[in-house]
Amino acid sequence: MFIGHFTERPYQDPKSGYFGATGKSIKDLTVSNDIYDPMLGSDLYNRYLDEKIYAEEMGFDGLMLNEHHSSPFCMGSTVNVEASILARITNKAKIVLLGNVLPIWDDPLWLVEQLATIDMISKGRLVSGWVRGTARESVAHNSPPAYNWERFQEAHEFIIKAWTEPGPFRWEGKHYQYRYVNPWVRPYQKPHPPIMLPGVVSRDSVMWAARQRIPYIMLATQLEPTRQSFEVYKETAREEGYEAGPQNFGYLWKVHVDETEELAEEVARKFVQGPSNPFNAGNEGTANPALNKLPGMTSRRRTLPTAQVATANRGGQLSRSFEDQVSDHTIISGTPKTVIPKIRHVLEYLRPGSVFFWDGDGAMTHDDQMRSLRLMGEEVLPAVREIADELGLDSPFEVDPKTGKSFDVIESESADEIAATPGD
Amino acid sequence: MAGEFSQFEEQEIMIPEGKLQMRIAGEGEPLLLLHGELGFPGWMKYHRALSEQFRVMAPSHPGYDGSDRLDWAMHVSDLAGVYLQVLDDLELSGIKMVGFSMGGWLAAEMAAMDPGKFSKLVLVGPMGVKPEEGEIYDLFLNLATEFLEESFLDPNLVEEYATLRPDEPSPEQEELWEVGREQSARLAWKPFMYNPTLPYLLRRLKTLQTLIVSGKQDSIVPIDSMRIYNESIPGSSLSLIDQSGHRPEIEKPEEFLKLLINFLK
Repeated sequence: MFIGHFTERPYQDPKSGYFGATGKSIKDLTVSNDIYDPMLGSDLYNRYLDEKIYAEEMGFDGLMLNEHHSSPFCMGSTVNVEASILARITNKAKIVLLGNVLPIWDDPLWLVEQLATIDMISKGRLVSGWVRGTARESVAHNSPPAYNWERFQEAHEFIIKAWTEPGPFRWEGKHYQYRYVNPWVRPYQKPHPPIMLPGVVSRDSVMWAARQRIPYIMLATQLEPTRQSFEVYKETAREEGYEAGPQNFGYLWKVHVDETEELAEEVARKFVQGPSNPFNAGNEGTANPALNKLPGMTSRRRTLPTAQVATANRGGQLSRSFEDQVSDHTIISGTPKTVIPKIRHVLEYLRPGSVFFWDGDGAMTHDDQMRSLRLMGEEVLPAVREIADELGLDSPFEVDPKTGKSFDVIESESADEIAATPGD
Repeated sequence: MAGEFSQFEEQEIMIPEGKLQMRIAGEGEPLLLLHGELGFPGWMKYHRALSEQFRVMAPSHPGYDGSDRLDWAMHVSDLAGVYLQVLDDLELSGIKMVGFSMGGWLAAEMAAMDPGKFSKLVLVGPMGVKPEEGEIYDLFLNLATEFLEESFLDPNLVEEYATLRPDEPSPEQEELWEVGREQSARLAWKPFMYNPTLPYLLRRLKTLQTLIVSGKQDSIVPIDSMRIYNESIPGSSLSLIDQSGHRPEIEKPEEFLKLLINFLK
């Protein structure tokens, strides 16, 4: 089992008026950065880094970061900058980027170099995920949505080649062209940092991940559609001639632990306060219909069972209340004693090899997050590891998602080729 | 009046990677009509009127409506090249061409590439040129319905508005708009709806009689784009139709047709 910590790093500023349940809800692409307070922004960036350091100290295996653009719900618009800092100020946890928005990069050689540098400085702790990004990412960086999927695939192929094959070489692709690829930084991990693919909506992406044998991380979706989407991966894997297992699946959802049941509930309710976040059920804000219909962004007929949950909720009518989310375990909160059996339910239902606890978000304060991290470290993580062992939920760092073979076995089979396989 | 109800004949034109949907009506000199960014708008009053005097040819561009998409085509000039090949195959030369909005841009690209193929060129509210003043309306960050509403000075006074933009568009209509927006985004996402070199290439059109028409109150393509077209194409003339937005062919059909037919005859 691989356990990661995640927060969107919201820009928390009740004075702005845009503060979800306690203020105006945010409509996509309508909030001007004129309200941005640099002092507050600076404090928040540092707070979120401090929390990551503490998460490592409390025993989390992974420090997960994501990236969104031009919106207050996520301050991480340059995920590689934050990751670079973590590379130096943390020591053992993996730095999990879920991920870089591949299609918006006009020059993916920068990604090759930046990510390899992070892998260097962290001494091989980078887990490099890719996303296609939401429509807002394409708009913010004026990246052509109709070529999003083509650019994603070509950038991925290019980056893997630049990481694994000696340069110089040429790349004459449809969307990217280089006549001299020879980056003077190469990844610490061999053959390259592990890749993960997070998502919620696209069937193409899940099938692609299955074909590439890349672990797929479902983000805060409801349990049954998540399980159905994992089935799409499994079916594709079978067509490819392998069996996908827990090492191929990850799940991120909201978990907050606190000292008493009362305090836990009071704080967990803050998940659905704070700046509206399109991915944070209960406080999704208002969808911009034009953004949902950004031309060519997503194949209109090729969505997953989770897509409805991920997108149709926006706009209030189908928005899921805090209580609904608690009742179906998409928010889990409580003391360690009550939280652990609920996490067990999720693990039994989805059988993921990687989980990411989404915490410290919405309107939660630094203290709220630190209490939860402490209790997780002291009681929850050890218990979750035991449950995972009992259920046979191996992570992609224990069992190779490409082959289903344990890395221990691979290690004994060929000692030469595992110089830097994922795992300590 | 037969013209009121005259319909078109549908044909399929084969091109190397697929087929194009073509509508043909009327007799006489060929008149090629190139639609805009949402695809073929339907057989409107101006189509009927023009088909009484010309052999109207109204295709759907590759990737729009029922015409196959060409994966290799990433620029409007690519479509221009395709259409020139189609005209070669049909052995058409010296013809008259009218392009609307993004289709006006397409027509301008075609003319710049092969001026001898055309005898008269009409650009109606053409996109394709970057205005020095104002900006082209961002139809990718607005819904098709909003774009259509914005295309008229006063939709309430437009007889055919409900045909073009029904109160409750059918799912099929919505799908056609999205297909059109997607194809337009494939061709003109960045730079948005213009080719920075086009004004320089248009200077070659020294002998092609060209009319640029726009609604005086066009809020989709700034009038300044029309000015640049006008200055780039030697001998072209510019006519602004008052009390009309971006679609004078639908908002002021009588005035538009009078102007157009005078020029084309």
